[in-house]
Amino acid sequence: MVTITCRGVDVELGRQRILAGIDLEFAPGTLVGVIGPNGAGKSTLARAILNLIPVSAGSVTIDGADIARLSPAELARRIAYLPQGQELHWPLSVERLVGLGRLPHLAPFSRIGEADQAAIEAVMAQTGVLALRDRIANELSGGERARVMLARALATEAAALIVDEPLASLDPGHQIDVMTLLAGRARAGALVIVVLHDLAAAARYCDRLVLLDGGSVVGDGQPADVLSEDALAAVYGITAWRGEIGAMPLIMPLNRCR
Amino acid sequence: MNASGRGHAPLLFPLLLLLTLAVGLLSITMGPAPIGISAMVSAIEGKGDPIVRAILLELRLPRAILGLLVGAMLGTGGAALQGYLRNPLAEPAVLGISPMAALGAVIAIYFNLADAHPWLVPLLAVLGAIAALLPLLRLSRKGESTLTLILAGMAIASLAEAGISLALNLAPSPFAAMEIMSWLLGSLEDRSFKDVLIALPCVAIGIAMLVGQGRALDALSLGEDGARSLGADLSRTRMILLFAIAIGVGGAVAVSGGIGFVGLVVPHLMRPFTDRSPSALLLPSAFAGAILLSAADIAVRVVPTATPLKLGVLTAFLGVPIFIHHLLRERRLW
Repeated sequence: MVTITCRGVDVELGRQRILAGIDLEFAPGTLVGVIGPNGAGKSTLARAILNLIPVSAGSVTIDGADIARLSPAELARRIAYLPQGQELHWPLSVERLVGLGRLPHLAPFSRIGEADQAAIEAVMAQTGVLALRDRIANELSGGERARVMLARALATEAAALIVDEPLASLDPGHQIDVMTLLAGRARAGALVIVVLHDLAAAARYCDRLVLLDGGSVVGDGQPADVLSEDALAAVYGITAWRGEIGAMPLIMPLNRCR
Repeated sequence: MNASGRGHAPLLFPLLLLLTLAVGLLSITMGPAPIGISAMVSAIEGKGDPIVRAILLELRLPRAILGLLVGAMLGTGGAALQGYLRNPLAEPAVLGISPMAALGAVIAIYFNLADAHPWLVPLLAVLGAIAALLPLLRLSRKGESTLTLILAGMAIASLAEAGISLALNLAPSPFAAMEIMSWLLGSLEDRSFKDVLIALPCVAIGIAMLVGQGRALDALSLGEDGARSLGADLSRTRMILLFAIAIGVGGAVAVSGGIGFVGLVVPHLMRPFTDRSPSALLLPSAFAGAILLSAADIAVRVVPTATPLKLGVLTAFLGVPIFIHHLLRERRLW
């Protein structure tokens, strides 16, 4: 169980300010969707939380500990990360690739142990890639590859998981599978932060949405509140149809309004 | 999986070990004076013909050891750099380190420093390799990308080559130019235990440092962000890698001269026998490099030519067809 806190976080790249004054607290057991138009700073926020990009002001803490002071391995054990369009440079087998998720747990020169192997098997089963275990990961279809990469991130068994755009190359069936899996992780007590473009998925699955625009938080709360007509018009410049099936909120972008 | 031994075909290490021993022994027996196994055993026991003993212990043995050491270093260096730069074209020369080592040696030959002290040629080669580190480390501290590192390496290599050309251009006599050229072509001929003394610690330190980075290299399969999010400390890895290559390859080039292609070819040849992760490739590449270079060094002694064939020439001639054959067969899977 971990809590991640951003206090007054600014990120600058060159002279350009990408994030400005971000104050957010992420509690365990929640599936948080980070949404916003292209260039809003969603991926930068994810990278700042992971200490992959230095913050120019403010701080990010995990359970009160400044992430900049944690060792890279310690941070990796606490937060697992799946970047957008995860690259893979060598033709590794699916099992070997998923096994990379165990690296933060391995002592120097130690081997993959039974507990590691059990974790690898479990996440491959959860993501439905067990049958692909001996296939070369670079030769998989986009959807298969996306699930394998998610399995790799899950294999770390970190208490927090940050996933950047996991639905990009998935068909509707697999999109439902992935979002259900992430929601299940949150139910089990993990903090799951997912960067999304798909507002329908964000509205349906996330417990909380953080709406970014121009590097600032412009909305934070329940999906139905954050995805208001005014916010959609102001941030995305769209109108949308909104409704519910039972308790499930639905949203469908309709037209440009500016 | 990683470091568990399951990343290799089960018989790979026993086979590589056997081949390494075989080429090592063959290298000792091969030469103008044929020496059989029994003569070799008596020489080791301190008995037998003193001339045979001298040939064996003062000429053949250091040459065989150097073949294995230099090959092992070039193979491991190539495998580590391909993993680090995530580029199947990488080899120790790509960062400009071995060209600078060559320049160091050429400077020593140009100024006839070998006459002052026989250790000065290899010493300047190692210093040349370390000099190449200075701009690379400066870039590394600034956290520049691997692409910047490759570009800087190419620039350093060009500078080293220009320096070598200048030495050839201004060579005081055709004999001096010939001596420089001869060194650049690479050879293990007439080496002694003095050379083993230079190469052995450099290569041992270099290989040990590189093998220790296997896990970070594996993590880099997922790119820099992926690796860092798996806990890899990339600036540390880069620093260790650069020092390891400078010390190891610098020490190897110092005693062998310019030997190309081994560092590029060997990781490609070994990859199909491993799970293709960078860590699983390091030690097999050390063995395969040792085998390939020793085999080439045996071949230069066997092929009858009017002037002795140089090792660097043969490694390229042997390496290129093997490499192209391998590419045609394996073209989709690096």
